[in-house]
Amino acid sequence: MNWTSFDTWIVVIGALCAMACALPGCFLVLRKMSMMGDAISHAVLPGLAIAFLITGTRASVPMFFGAAIAGVLTALFTQWISRFGNVDRGAAMGIVFTTLFAIGLIMIRQAADNVDLDPGCVLYGAIELTPLDTVGSTGIPRAALVNGGVLLANLVIILVLFKEFKLGAFDSALADTLGFSSQFLHYLLMTMVAVTTVAAFESVGSIIVIAMLIVPPATALLLTRKLPAMLLIATVTAALSALLGHLGAIIVPPWFGFQTTTTSGMIALAAGVLFTLAWLFSPIEGILVKRWHRNHSEPEEVPEPGGA
Amino acid sequence: MHNESLKSQATFPPKSTEPRPEHPPEVPLAIHDLTVAYHRKPVLWDIELNIPEGKLVGIVGPNGAGKSTLLKACLDLIPKTSGWAHIYGKPYKKARHLVAYVPQRESVDWDFPVSALDVVAMGAYRRLGWFRRVTKEESAKALHCLEQVGIDHLADRQISQLSGGQQQRVFLARALMQDAELYLMDEPFAAVDAATEEAIVALLRKLSDQGKTCLVVHHDLATVTTYFDWLVLLNMRVVADGPAETTFTRENLQKTYGGKLNLLEKAAEALRHTIN
Repeated sequence: MNWTSFDTWIVVIGALCAMACALPGCFLVLRKMSMMGDAISHAVLPGLAIAFLITGTRASVPMFFGAAIAGVLTALFTQWISRFGNVDRGAAMGIVFTTLFAIGLIMIRQAADNVDLDPGCVLYGAIELTPLDTVGSTGIPRAALVNGGVLLANLVIILVLFKEFKLGAFDSALADTLGFSSQFLHYLLMTMVAVTTVAAFESVGSIIVIAMLIVPPATALLLTRKLPAMLLIATVTAALSALLGHLGAIIVPPWFGFQTTTTSGMIALAAGVLFTLAWLFSPIEGILVKRWHRNHSEPEEVPEPGGA
Repeated sequence: MHNESLKSQATFPPKSTEPRPEHPPEVPLAIHDLTVAYHRKPVLWDIELNIPEGKLVGIVGPNGAGKSTLLKACLDLIPKTSGWAHIYGKPYKKARHLVAYVPQRESVDWDFPVSALDVVAMGAYRRLGWFRRVTKEESAKALHCLEQVGIDHLADRQISQLSGGQQQRVFLARALMQDAELYLMDEPFAAVDAATEEAIVALLRKLSDQGKTCLVVHHDLATVTTYFDWLVLLNMRVVADGPAETTFTRENLQKTYGGKLNLLEKAAEALRHTIN
């Protein structure tokens, strides 16, 4: 293996992006809205295309606004369709995001075909190339700054509004009766997901975004029964997935005589492997421990972490 | 379908043109001309209620009578088609600090990664306002509230590790934490063990002794007169309301439950026989 600073940057960018996704992802999972991440990450495409068509550049700021607006609209349309069309929430989501995604694809194909905003790049990303695009003379890749910035923003919002996010996710009716608008909290989370998605798009592609929004939080939920610990474990799992994913991409394929493979795909796969390990071996929710407890102890007793 | 629902609406009596009756401002809950509709179908129609202070009020009626809807409409959780509900003479938005709500237990996900104490502390969030964390004093108070419902030893347990009755007590402790004057409770007695039922009744009595008012959606006709001193019989409209002894009559129940009462009556009768 030939590890260069290039590889280090790929891991850093992947980890920053994965952590930025995992934080709002925890609340998506807790609100039982996991698919909303999938929906929004697709539906931001027309927002990106329109922002590009209006400004004519791929500058980040208009792209963020376009994506944020598209993301909030996705949530809004979903709510309208399920309420007024008497359609189940999941179906409404499916209608909205496929339609918006299709519109985005058509717009990109028609208007921006000759520019570097192609659908393939959006889906799979090009994390291997991101270290080449550095900011000025600092040598720091732009993708690291963008994803790092988004991670910081998500972290600050969740730390400042931790109590409100917890309340809104656990009992939105109570939030409303106490004067914390559950609508506001909902759309704030949707905006965070949309902005995070766009930051990740350019560097790592949407597949890994969908994986990182959901898989690390789901893994964390198997390992702890405390919300702060869940956020921490999800973040660590996300970063670990990036490292293992990139290692996997350059180490594993040569074993079988292949060229190195795509890092984005391997990061998502690594997250899946970590989830499987947690599912099997978690001291509180793991199926092996549960089976052991069923055979060896009173079902009434709560298995303590570390007790197995 | 739309025509049908319009037609069914048209058969209801037209809005009264009389001037609004003045409610004394000290009434904990005054409801006037309240109508609530889901998808254009009315669920509550022309509700007119004055709940006196310090009473334990039972709200009784068949399934689908709009009992939960009534509580939610008072809390602005669902839009009112017409009319208003005032808490101590003020609309809900200006009286949040006076009201605590105990929703049905199934309304939340009990697998959520929080402890019993965390959930009770949520009752302090309005006092704290945006951004501020739960203080040490509020945490101590939350523990005291858990003590009042008899489960302070379970404070650190994650809520999925509690029994149904214990979860209900957590909800009650959270309401206590709000330090309210008016408590709206949606079926706190549903599917709880006997010990919890006793604990809830004791708590209700204590609140009532302190001059607080409790509105409780209740299902078990056999216990209505022992638990409550004021009664609202509801079936889309208010069929009857007043002191429990004079309101809980055969005739009123017949009007509330219609044909369904016979079965309930038989059950209550059978119960009375086994008790005596």
